[in-house]
Amino acid sequence: MGVGRLRPAAPEGAWSVSQVTQWARQAIEGGFGTIWVEGEVSGFKAYPSGHWYFGLRDAKAQLRCVMFRRDSQGVTRPPDEGARIYCFGQPSVWEDRGEFRLTVRRLLSTAEGGDWKLALERARAALERDGLLDATRKRPLPSFPSRIAVVTSPDGAALRDIVTVLARRWPLAEVIVVGAIVQGDGAERSLRAALARLKRIEGLDLAIVGRGGGSREDLWAFNLESVARAVAAVPVPTVSAVGHEIDVTLCDLVADLRAPTPSAAAEAVVPDRGEVLARLEQLGRRSALGLERRTRYADERLARASDRLSAVIGQQLERRGARLAELGAQLDALSPLRVLERGYAVARDRAGRVLSRAVDLPAGQHFQLRVRDGEVPAVVDGPS
Amino acid sequence: MSETIRFGEELERLEGIVRELEANDADLDRALTLFEEGVERLRRARALLTEAEQKVKELGSAPVD
Repeated sequence: MGVGRLRPAAPEGAWSVSQVTQWARQAIEGGFGTIWVEGEVSGFKAYPSGHWYFGLRDAKAQLRCVMFRRDSQGVTRPPDEGARIYCFGQPSVWEDRGEFRLTVRRLLSTAEGGDWKLALERARAALERDGLLDATRKRPLPSFPSRIAVVTSPDGAALRDIVTVLARRWPLAEVIVVGAIVQGDGAERSLRAALARLKRIEGLDLAIVGRGGGSREDLWAFNLESVARAVAAVPVPTVSAVGHEIDVTLCDLVADLRAPTPSAAAEAVVPDRGEVLARLEQLGRRSALGLERRTRYADERLARASDRLSAVIGQQLERRGARLAELGAQLDALSPLRVLERGYAVARDRAGRVLSRAVDLPAGQHFQLRVRDGEVPAVVDGPS
Repeated sequence: MSETIRFGEELERLEGIVRELEANDADLDRALTLFEEGVERLRRARALLTEAEQKVKELGSAPVD
């Protein structure tokens, strides 16, 4: 319907009633979206159909509310008259009656023990039952992450803070921003979808999920069981950074580490570049010292080895000398000349063969006789 | 896909080299080789730290409804 014909000049251009109410509904729904509204319950009525009708009021105004069965059946008990509650819903126009009202999707009581707390406790108990809150589930964060995913609003202050801190401390890490709606309508689905995408990011070391500070209603998506389960299912260590320190959300409880703010999360997940540089310099000094000591040690060993070598060779030479003298003496004792000196003689034929048996020496045989100081020609006596 | 810098592994290897150099049982040849490797790794790690520039990639909003 065009705005051009909004103000007809004459009765002929008049709008029909349903056109007006339809236009009003579209304008209001489009203008507000889904919001949280806080107020006191007044004139609460539950119909047998399961639908709830009531008013929300403050000192100055009242807002008609309807909560249909599909949504009201999830609430533990109807709110008390006059109770302060939070309603999450869509302002709209009920065209049948031309009535402006809030279609409530979720209702939380602020009273002690109210639905707000009950819903949280119930979700918490479910997570606990499935072991998702066990301390043993907490994974250690990598010391030097090279790829970090950040699940948050792509144009929020949280993302700016995280990126700034990471750039200052550890620019080596690549930051992958996985945008998500973090409050209001669609936050639950969007956060779950964004968290589910993390397992398809190659080489991911770590994830940060969060948003800047806000009211309890603003942070509510992080208290939903389904979102907490999606955080628990992230395959890499995950740090939650939701709002202020005072509020601990379900996501904080299932994350591997809870940081009070997005900046604190960024500080916690990477080392400081300056500190690591100092550590490197120290390693350099230590390796130089190590090598120096190692060289000195080798030097000393070489000197020791050389001393030992000369000592060993000296001993060897001495030992060999004595053995040589001994062998010389033995050689001398065995020398045939020494035998001749004692008065023996050797008989040999002209060819120099030794004639040592009687058969070698028949009568008339000429031979040479070697005695102590020379050779003597000789002949065997007797008839030849 | 950008080059993935496994800085932690680099640092761990460097620390291993220094520990081995500080122990007295490696022979001199081994010590010299280790020292050369250490110097080279140190230079690379230092360059990574001083020359790194942050990379930010946006995946965009996850689809809703």
